[in-house]
Amino acid sequence: MSRRERQNLGSARSSDPPSVATPVPMAVAQPRPGVVTVTLHVNGVDRSLTIEPWITLLDAFREHLGLTGPKKGCDRGQCGACTVLLDGRRVTSCLALAVAHQDAQITTTEGLGTQENLHPLQQAFIAHDAFQCGYCTPGQICSAVGMLCEAQAGWPSAVSLDLTANQVTLDADEIRERMSGNLCRCAAYANIVPAIQEVAS
Amino acid sequence: MNPFRYEPASDAATAVALLARAPNAAFLGGGTSLVDRMKIGVATPDPLVDVSRLPFNQIERLPDGGIRIGAAVRNSDLAADRTIRERVPVLAQALLAGASGQLRNLATTGGNLLQRTRCLYFQDLTKPCNKRTPGAGCSARDGYNRNLAILSTSEACIASHPSDLAVALAALDAVVHVQGPKGEQTISLGDFYRRPGDEPWRDTVLEHGDLITAVEVPPLAYATHSHHRKVRDRASFAFALVSVAAALDVADGIVRDARIALGGVAPVPWRASKAEVALRGAPATEETFARAADAELADAQPLPGNAFKVPLARRVIVRTLLDLTEGYQ
Repeated sequence: MSRRERQNLGSARSSDPPSVATPVPMAVAQPRPGVVTVTLHVNGVDRSLTIEPWITLLDAFREHLGLTGPKKGCDRGQCGACTVLLDGRRVTSCLALAVAHQDAQITTTEGLGTQENLHPLQQAFIAHDAFQCGYCTPGQICSAVGMLCEAQAGWPSAVSLDLTANQVTLDADEIRERMSGNLCRCAAYANIVPAIQEVAS
Repeated sequence: MNPFRYEPASDAATAVALLARAPNAAFLGGGTSLVDRMKIGVATPDPLVDVSRLPFNQIERLPDGGIRIGAAVRNSDLAADRTIRERVPVLAQALLAGASGQLRNLATTGGNLLQRTRCLYFQDLTKPCNKRTPGAGCSARDGYNRNLAILSTSEACIASHPSDLAVALAALDAVVHVQGPKGEQTISLGDFYRRPGDEPWRDTVLEHGDLITAVEVPPLAYATHSHHRKVRDRASFAFALVSVAAALDVADGIVRDARIALGGVAPVPWRASKAEVALRGAPATEETFARAADAELADAQPLPGNAFKVPLARRVIVRTLLDLTEGYQ
């Protein structure tokens, strides 16, 4: 596996030290006004952090918890690069305040698989060369995981011809529609869609 | 983002009281619209009162055949609900046409109704906007207005309303349940939104501290024959240029009743009452549908940047009604 692939899949290597946030020493040891203590349940681990209420989940992951898998693209919910799973549901973590999601079980791309045992979608993205620069990939994969659960539950989409069908058939049009919240500036869509389709079937 | 205090609300009364004593406070639902506005400096609330976990997360089937939707029900859950899909498909379709899967998983029913216009100038602090800063002027009228309104605009504002859900609810004569500092009230969707006039900064009739607790969809037997069609600049994940939510009751080739609401063309979810009048009792034909559309759009005051919306809305209305008529054949 190339270095690019390792970086982009966001999986921790077993030789890596545990990803624990390094506290940044403050220049002046004064309590910051308005900070709150927040506990987040991320990838099966309870993580306590002291942050301002306006810190989003995305910034909490990246700046406080050392989880840089979720990416900051637009920071406005429009690109999907920051997508993570809250209680199994995909959301844009840039629009979710960390303080408001302490009761959720959160999964980031780091929690989906390991170097030795990749998540099937991570494996499929490699097999189909479903990325170029890779910046959107962690969000694409988390989104696809959530999307497959939604389809499994029989949720229709805007292109579903039968709104009341019990079963969803994920053809390419369905996948494109359901993944429209994840942009890829390299336009790797031509390989992303088959990668997801392989896991769906 | 502006500094703010975060207050998770334990119950509705506490939430309302928290707002009532803080003039800059705001309710937080899913955050997909409000947090976005906070990031760009258009909204600067303090404190932020989180109402997303209040017990308003049920979809209830009422004895009279109506449906009561809790304000905290997420857009994705509402769109996936069996009763909604079967009895009022227009509602599920409108939701599924909006935003992305990620946003629908966060966004709430109440929050969706209170999202604000995506007019570019409203979102740009460096440009004058009457909706953002009363009396500042409107940059859109002589600026980029491709996505803005053609009906019921004012000198002060030509913003278009962004919600798809609200368009379907307007067609269904939905009723908004509100709990506020002055008690509980119900407001029909047709009275809920304000046309801009000379006070475009007031989107709705709600007063500070009013909390949406539920939205009720009254029974409408022929809503099983309803449909939402949305036209936009890209195939998915974009706001409407024109959208139509319609329900049609046809018997023996004659329109017995019709509900039509338009999105993307007005500052409010636009109930097309004139078109409905033109339809009732008339043969369910393309000619009738075109005449009804023309009756509604005769009042349009388009600008050069959005004049295309008049013929586009006409075509989308006709196509939607033709599709619904096919369902009776």
